[in-house]
Amino acid sequence: MTRGADPAPAPATTPAECAHCGAEVPRGLLVPGAEKQFCCQGCRCVHELLGACGFDRYYALREAAEAPGRAARVAGRDYLEFDDPAFEALHVRRERDGLCSADLFLEDVHCAACLWLVERLARVVPGVIESRLDLRRSLLRVRWDPLRARLSAAARALDRMGHAPHPARAASARRARRAEERRQLVRLGVAGACAGNVMLLALALYAGLFGTMDPAHAALFRWISMGLSVTAVAWPGSVFFRGASAALRSGRMHLDLPIAVGLAAGTLWGVAGTILNIGEAYFDSLSVLVFALLMGRYVQQRQLRWSADSVELLFSLTPTSATLVKSSDDPGIAVPIERIARGDLVLVAAGGSIPADGVVAFGSSAIDRSLLTGESLPATVSVGDEVPAGAVNRGAPLRVRVTATGEETRIGRLMRLVEEAARDRAPIVRLADRLAGWFAVTALALAALTTAIWWHLGPAIAIDRAVALLVVTCPCGLGLATPLAVTVAIGRAARRGILIKGGEALERLASRTRGDDEGRRFRPTILLDKTGTITTGRLAVVDLAGDPDALRLAALAERDVDHPVAEAIRVARRAAAHDSRATGRTDAGGDRRNCLEERDVDVIDRHAVVGGGVSALIDGRRIVVGSPGFVRRAAGVPMQRIAEAEREFAARGLTPVLVAVDGRITAAIGLGDSIRADASASIARLRSMGWRVEILSGDHQSVVDRVGAALGIGTDARRGGATPEAKLEYVRARRDAADGVPVAMVGDGVNDAAALAAATVGIAVHGGAEASLAAADVHLGSPGLAGVADLVEGSRRTLAAIRRNLIVSLGYNAIAAWLCIAGVISPLVAAIIMPISSLSVVALSLRARTFEVRASSAGSAREDGRRAAPVSATAASAGIGGSAR
Amino acid sequence: MSVLYIVLPLALLMVAAALTAFVWAVRCGQFDDLDTPAVRAVVDDDALP
Repeated sequence: MTRGADPAPAPATTPAECAHCGAEVPRGLLVPGAEKQFCCQGCRCVHELLGACGFDRYYALREAAEAPGRAARVAGRDYLEFDDPAFEALHVRRERDGLCSADLFLEDVHCAACLWLVERLARVVPGVIESRLDLRRSLLRVRWDPLRARLSAAARALDRMGHAPHPARAASARRARRAEERRQLVRLGVAGACAGNVMLLALALYAGLFGTMDPAHAALFRWISMGLSVTAVAWPGSVFFRGASAALRSGRMHLDLPIAVGLAAGTLWGVAGTILNIGEAYFDSLSVLVFALLMGRYVQQRQLRWSADSVELLFSLTPTSATLVKSSDDPGIAVPIERIARGDLVLVAAGGSIPADGVVAFGSSAIDRSLLTGESLPATVSVGDEVPAGAVNRGAPLRVRVTATGEETRIGRLMRLVEEAARDRAPIVRLADRLAGWFAVTALALAALTTAIWWHLGPAIAIDRAVALLVVTCPCGLGLATPLAVTVAIGRAARRGILIKGGEALERLASRTRGDDEGRRFRPTILLDKTGTITTGRLAVVDLAGDPDALRLAALAERDVDHPVAEAIRVARRAAAHDSRATGRTDAGGDRRNCLEERDVDVIDRHAVVGGGVSALIDGRRIVVGSPGFVRRAAGVPMQRIAEAEREFAARGLTPVLVAVDGRITAAIGLGDSIRADASASIARLRSMGWRVEILSGDHQSVVDRVGAALGIGTDARRGGATPEAKLEYVRARRDAADGVPVAMVGDGVNDAAALAAATVGIAVHGGAEASLAAADVHLGSPGLAGVADLVEGSRRTLAAIRRNLIVSLGYNAIAAWLCIAGVISPLVAAIIMPISSLSVVALSLRARTFEVRASSAGSAREDGRRAAPVSATAASAGIGGSAR
Repeated sequence: MSVLYIVLPLALLMVAAALTAFVWAVRCGQFDDLDTPAVRAVVDDDALP
C-alpha cells in the first residue's frame, strides 16, 4: 500500500470493485493507478492463481450462474500434516490400481464456477489424477498418484483457490448411510418394475372385463401378475414384514403391522385364487402399494441422509492438526491431533484452539472458554496455568505442555456424559404409529364383520370380500402421510439454513400432553444457553461514556495487538467508521481521517503491559488504554462522570476499559458479550406461540441477570453458573416433570451438549462446537435465534400437515371399507381408489405451508446472504470449534 | 393370440435386463449424487488433459 504522503489529490480514492469478489475495496487498500484492485489479500492471491493457470473462465461461469462473488479466504498454511502417516491411516484410501484417494470437505463452494474450478485441480497439481466434487455436501474426492504427488500439494492448491480443505470426518457413518440408501433404491427399483408391469397386465384384464377375453389368456395374465406381485411383496416388501415382526416382539405399535396384514392377506388369497381359479385377485393394488410406500420412505430417508451428512461434515472444520514444537523458539511442525501425546509441547497460534488439556509452558495470553464453560469473558493465562482442550486462544501465541489427550480430557469426559444422556431419552410414539394400532384392530374387526355378513353366499365369496377390505384399506395414505409431510418440511427448512437430522424432531417439538387437565400446568419450554446463543459469544464494545473520539485513538493504540479487548475495540472502530461513511460524505475531514487512520498514522513508542493495557504516542499525544487500575496509575483520577460510568459498567457485568489522552482520562468503554440483534424479537415470537423461555447458562449469575433483564426474562427463569452436569440434571428434571410437553434446549457449546442430547429436542446454533452438533437434533445454519422461532412454528405446521394427510387418507379408507362391506368392491374399483388416496396425500403435502419465509424473519434469513447451500455458508463463517483460519 | 405366450416372457426378460442394469448403476454409485452432475454438464465443455 504505497499511498502518497499527501492525500489531497483525490482521484485514487474513487470507489473501486475488487477484481475477484466484486466488493467495494476499502479506501485504505486502494492502489493508485493499478488496473485491478483487491479488497483483501485472499482475493488477490486467488485472482493471481486463476490468471497464472489460465482459469479466467471462472469469472464468466460465476456470472452465468448468477452467483454473488465472495471475498476469498486463503489460510496460506502448508498442510504438511496431510502427508503424515497418522493422517494417511485415518483419511487416505489405497486403491487397487496403486492410486490414493481422500475425501476433503471444502469451504465456500456454492455454484457451478466453484465446481468447475476445483475439478480443474489435476491441471494445477501434477500427479493428481482426478477431483470430483459433491456440490450439495461440499465434499471433494481427490485421487492422486502417490509416486508423483503429495496430498499436501493438492491441499495447498485448493487453499489458494479460496476453498480451504479439511479432511472429511465421520466417513464411516456417511458410508453406512449411503449403503442403506443404495439398498433402498434397489428395493424401490424392483418394486417399481413389478408394479409397472402388473399394472400393464391389469389394464388388459380390466379391458377384458367389458369384452370377450379368452379364459386361457386371462389365466396367463393372472399367473404372470402373481409372479411379479409375489416378487414385489417377498423382496422389496419384506421390509414391512420385518418391521411388523419387530413391532410385535417389542410390543410397540408400528404402522408396518397393518400394512403387513393387508399385504399378507391379499397375496395369500390372490395366490390361492389364481391356483384354484376362484375369487378376485388384487395383484395390481398390492404391488403399487409396496412401490408407493417404499417411495415415501425413500424420499424421506434421502432428505434426512443429506441433513445428517451436512451436519457431520461440519465436524471437519474442527482443527485436526496441532503444531508440535521442541523448544520455545522452534517454529514447529504440523501433525495430526492423534499424534499428540502427554508431555509434548504444542504451539497454539493466536486464534487457534487448544488441542489437548495442558499447562502453559511459555507465553501469556487470553483464552476464550465460552464453548466449554459458557463464560463470556476471556480469561488471562500465563506460565503455569492450566488450559483445557477446546478453548480458543484469543491473544498471543502460547506453548502448552500436554497433560491429557483424547478421552482423558475434560471434553472427552463430557462426551461420555452426552452418550449417557442420549441413551435414556425415551423414544416418542409417532402420530401415525399411534393410529396404526386402532387401524389394525378396526380393519380386522370390519373384515370379520364382512365375512359374517356374506357368509350366506358361501365361504369363498365371504372371504373374498374380507380380503378385499384388508387390501383396500391397507394404510397406503397413512404410510405416506408422515414421510411426505416431513420430507417437504425438512427440505424447505434446509433451504432456510435449518438442518434437521431426524424427522422425529418436528413431531417432538409440536407434541402436547394428551387428554389430562393437569397438563396445562406445563407450557412447552425452551431453555436457551446464553453465551454464543443469545449473545454473540465474542467480546464487543457495548457502551462508551465520554469523548467519542477516544474509540478511534484507542483503536490506533491497540493496532496489531493480539488481545480480545484490542480486537473488540478495533471492530467497533471499523463499524463506526463504516457508519459515518454510509451516512454521507458531508464530513469530508472525518472521511479523510478515516482513510488515513488505518495505515498512515504513526504509532510510536508503544508499551504493552500484560493484564494492564497499552501506552503509545499518536500524533504527538500520549494515549493510554487499558484496565482502570493501569490507566489510573498513568493518568490519575478520572472525572466524576467517567468514574460513575465505570462503576455502572462493572455493575452491568461489563468489563470497563479507560482511555487517557495526555494524562487526562477522556472516556470509559464498556466491553461485554453483546446480545444478538434478533434475540428479543425471536423470544417474543416464541412467547406468542405459547412457549416459556428460560436461560440456562454456565456464565456468572450477574451476567445472566443483565442479559435476562434486557430481554424481559423473569428472575425465576434465569439460571447462571450451571456446570454441564447441572445443565443435564436440570433438563432431565424438567423433561420428566413435563410429561410429554416438549422441553427444548438451545445451545452452542460443549457444555451444552449433554443437555442438548437429553432435551426433547436439542437445537445447536450457528457456530457451535462439534460436540453440540453431534448431540443436537437440529442445527441452525445462520446466526441468531430467528431459526429457533422458525423451527417451532414450522414444526407446528408440519404436524398440522401430517394430521391433514392422516384425516384425508382415513376418509378414503372409510369409504373403501364401506364399499367392501356393501359388497360393491372389485379389483378395478380398488385400483382406482388407492392411487387417488395416495395422490391426494402427495398433493396436500406439497401444498402444506411449512417453513415459508415470513416477512418478520426474512431479514435474519437474509443476514448471511442469499445462498443455495446453507452448509457452505456455515462453513464460510468457520466458527466451529473456533477453527483457526 | 398365441403369440402372447412368446411376447410376454420376452417382455419379462427385458424387464429383468433393465432391472439388472439399474441395480448395477446403483451399486456403482450413479445415484449417490443427483445434484452435481446437472451442474457439471453445464460447465464441463473442455477436455481434461
